[in-house]
Amino acid sequence: MRLTCPLCGPRDRREFYYSGDAVLLARPATDAPPGAWDDYLHNRDNPAGVTQDLWYHEQGCCSWLKVTRNTVTHEILSVESVAGTSTAGGAA
Amino acid sequence: MRIDGRGRIDRTRPVTFRFDGRVFAGYKGDTLASALIANDVRVVGRSFKYHRPRGILTAGSEEPNALVEIVGPANQTPNTRATVQELFEGLVARSQNRWPSLRFDALEVNDLAAPFLSAGFYYKTFMWPRRFWEGLYEPVIRRAAGLGSLSGRHDEGVYEKAWAHCDLLVIGAGPAGLMAALTAARAGADVILADESSEPGGRLLSDDAVIDGLSGADWVAQVLAELASLPNVRLMTRTTVTGVYDDGTYGALERVGLHRRPRPNLPRECFWRIVAKRSVLAAGALERGIAFQDNDRPGVMLASSLPAYLNRYGVVPGQKVTLFANNDSVRATARSLMAAGVTVAAIIDPREDAPDEPGITVHKGAQVKRARGRMGLREVLVRVGGREITVETDCLGVSGGWNPSLHLTCHMNGRPRWSDDLAAFVPVEGAVPGMLVAGAANGSFSTHGCLAAGTQAARASLEALGVTVGQADLPQADDAPYRIAPLWAVPGKGRAWLDFANDVTVKDVTQSAQEGFRSVEHMKRYTTQGMAPDQGKNSNVAALAVLADATGRGIPETGTTTFRPPFAPVSIAAMGAGGRGEGFAPQRFLTSDQASRDRGAPMVEAGLWYRPGYFPKPGERTWREACDREVRMVRSSVGVTDVSTLGKIDIQGPDAGRFLDFVYTNTFSTLPVGKVRYGLMLREDGHVLDDGTCARLGQDHWLMTTTTAAAGLVMRHLEFVSQAFCAGWQVRFVSVTEAWAQFAVAGPLARDLVASALGHAPDLPFMGCAHVVVQGIAGRLFRISFSGEEGYELAVPTRYGEALFRDLTARAETMGGGLYGMEALNVLRIEKGFITHAEIHGRTTAFDIGMEKMVSGKKDCIGKAAAARPGMTGPAREQMVGLVPLTDDVLTAGAHLFAQGVDLTREHSAGYVTSVGYSPTLQSHLALGFLQNGRARHGETVRLVDRLRGVDVLCRVSDPVFHDPKGEKLRA
Repeated sequence: MRLTCPLCGPRDRREFYYSGDAVLLARPATDAPPGAWDDYLHNRDNPAGVTQDLWYHEQGCCSWLKVTRNTVTHEILSVESVAGTSTAGGAA
Repeated sequence: MRIDGRGRIDRTRPVTFRFDGRVFAGYKGDTLASALIANDVRVVGRSFKYHRPRGILTAGSEEPNALVEIVGPANQTPNTRATVQELFEGLVARSQNRWPSLRFDALEVNDLAAPFLSAGFYYKTFMWPRRFWEGLYEPVIRRAAGLGSLSGRHDEGVYEKAWAHCDLLVIGAGPAGLMAALTAARAGADVILADESSEPGGRLLSDDAVIDGLSGADWVAQVLAELASLPNVRLMTRTTVTGVYDDGTYGALERVGLHRRPRPNLPRECFWRIVAKRSVLAAGALERGIAFQDNDRPGVMLASSLPAYLNRYGVVPGQKVTLFANNDSVRATARSLMAAGVTVAAIIDPREDAPDEPGITVHKGAQVKRARGRMGLREVLVRVGGREITVETDCLGVSGGWNPSLHLTCHMNGRPRWSDDLAAFVPVEGAVPGMLVAGAANGSFSTHGCLAAGTQAARASLEALGVTVGQADLPQADDAPYRIAPLWAVPGKGRAWLDFANDVTVKDVTQSAQEGFRSVEHMKRYTTQGMAPDQGKNSNVAALAVLADATGRGIPETGTTTFRPPFAPVSIAAMGAGGRGEGFAPQRFLTSDQASRDRGAPMVEAGLWYRPGYFPKPGERTWREACDREVRMVRSSVGVTDVSTLGKIDIQGPDAGRFLDFVYTNTFSTLPVGKVRYGLMLREDGHVLDDGTCARLGQDHWLMTTTTAAAGLVMRHLEFVSQAFCAGWQVRFVSVTEAWAQFAVAGPLARDLVASALGHAPDLPFMGCAHVVVQGIAGRLFRISFSGEEGYELAVPTRYGEALFRDLTARAETMGGGLYGMEALNVLRIEKGFITHAEIHGRTTAFDIGMEKMVSGKKDCIGKAAAARPGMTGPAREQMVGLVPLTDDVLTAGAHLFAQGVDLTREHSAGYVTSVGYSPTLQSHLALGFLQNGRARHGETVRLVDRLRGVDVLCRVSDPVFHDPKGEKLRA
């Protein structure tokens, strides 16, 4: 498997650390209801098809990347830097 | 038998080798198989299950029979294919699966017991009594069945792994592959041409093809010369592409040293990971046999191996050859053999309309019914036109047709398609993204077809990469059509073999169908068809056809099993090259490493780091004596230890303080310059991630320390928080762990030692930090302590680390102090109740370790919301406590805690022990652990039980800070 890092170009998966679902980018507000935090921390889909997850280019530029890929065909649909893509919450 | 004037072997370089103890002669360029054939060795192994004598079947890597052990000085390699193993001076090979000898194998009785040993026999036979399975049946079966044996020792051979990148990877260097490589190379593409043989050329080296008026071999030489002249081509011989993986990554195994005399540092094999933008699969096709009674007798071979042995190695496996084929491909073989002076007894062709062959008897509409000759073929029984004749022969070449080598197209879920015309499976287009299949691998069997397909595949591949390929004339070659009439198994009594490697017969497959295992996947598993090291390369399609017949379905409806990597066996040693022993993980060494080893310190692993355990003194017999002395030394005078392994992250920018407030539970932005603060970091789920100190070196400049264990974890976490949630903040950070060597100086005399090293008194308050000059070198001084004594940490750039370490050691020793290691460091921190990752192991909260007040209410931070969830605090939680045994007993980490008087069952466990040590200060064993509602139970007596190590001790629960609870020494 190879990922095309936006900064470094195409690299083997061994350079990356896999972290899990990209839902981690949508951080709820501190006072969000427990259900929102539960979804954020624990509840994950396991799709046969397109999914988005987070990879860290640990042996490269240290970018955190949002990877869109197909779990069935293994096709990598896009790789983008997470910087500025988080949808909610964030740091106060 | 050797044939004069034929073959590509070097007759000026004779080679001697041993097989089963006997010395034989061959030539450079021989394989072990060709050399054995030259020496008229017919039986080379015993079969897997029935221990039947077996000879060489093929001339390629698909060989199921001729598997031998190669015995080297440093290793014994089982299941080596004699057809692949090249000869070298002094080669030692042994036949397998026989006892006491190849000729007299005691377990040949299995063959007589065959009626009881058919498919699934051990599922049925060894059912009862159940307990006999592990103790008796399985070991006996394992000994009786099977292939080669291992030496039982480590493989001390050298292996390599490597990466390669290219525009176009061409797999196979036959006519299609050579044309593909040549076309792409001429267009300027970066090409890798990989071929599993010792010489490129494929069947052009064996067959009598003529290309552009040249012999196949001469044409190959001409192409290779051109490829060699181009700088953009890498030719990898002896390299088998074994697997296809995502995004154009291919695995390949190169036999680097297996064909040479072993010598130190010569790698045996290299496992390549090749990244190719495009690939052309030109792996050719593999011949398959026809099943008939006793078709596994030594001397029965695949027909295509005969011209390969003749034209590549100058050997023939018999003096009177018979050919049995349902297609035209053996006709050229017959002519080639006759031209070399070999008698061809007959061609047996099941097709009524088979063509004639001048000078050779052709039995049309005929089938070989049976082979005779237990230790070597003597004759075959042929059914022709309703009668049976006997043909005397010592070698039978069989061809049941050709299977395209499409294995790699299945590695990403591709399912091959059945072609009625070819009576074979062919690859489907697009089975592997970026891969085109050309030549015989795609069912195009004529030389012309291969040359044209190779050219076309290269052209299409390059055009997909945006490279235009100029027109060039295609070399002229024959374009004979491939004609075949399918014949899989000759009807008749007796056992007819399909899978030679796993001893699967036609009867096993039909029985499987009768017993309900009608799906091809079930049949495969029930009979073990195709599950041997050769993966059924010669036999799967025939077995499938037999199954289709037995179940009354067609082959396409029956379907096919698919192929998984690897295409050919790959040694684990090659895939894991370099990963044994110290190569398993990188090693990180302190600047003080040598100085510590010089003093006899045993080094202990801390993550990837190596740290000194303790510094033994003369007369000390145990580590405990040294550890106790070092603890007393720190408590009474001064100790020095290297703490450079702690993670150090340099953080700068106007928003650095704000960032720290967000990642730590407590507030850092208010910390004055020149001060250090202890900080706690949570994961987003509210559990403790790490702890450490963070120093404010300047207005916008901070230095965070992490624990040794979590340095990488914290860095990754900070990057995530920063990139995901703090976009636009003016903060940057970088790991400087390796940039600074840092030494802790601790004890009542620590200030004196630091003063002596600096040349002036340090004049720092507790939790202060300063830029200092250490003997002319710009360094940093922190007044922090992990021991409970007055403590300093002195940091200098790494290149001065060893010098400062030796200097501090010498100064400490003149003051009655000295070095202390990890053991003493651990005891000192346990006495003081300081946590490590033994305590913050991923399931503890700030509340559990008594630090809930460090979660600031005034600001948000990572983990704050989740830490406030129900269940993350409260009396039901296991809280950190100290434990002091009532007796003199040793305590163990991992022990569980029970209230007195309860049953010692899991549900009564009220906690567990995380850290233990003997405290010379308190003259008692001590432990830290977690106990339900522990903070309210100080003074209570609990039972500490470790059943694994036989520990059962009553302990008093206490505050985890055993030593100087008010911290007076720290602040002195």
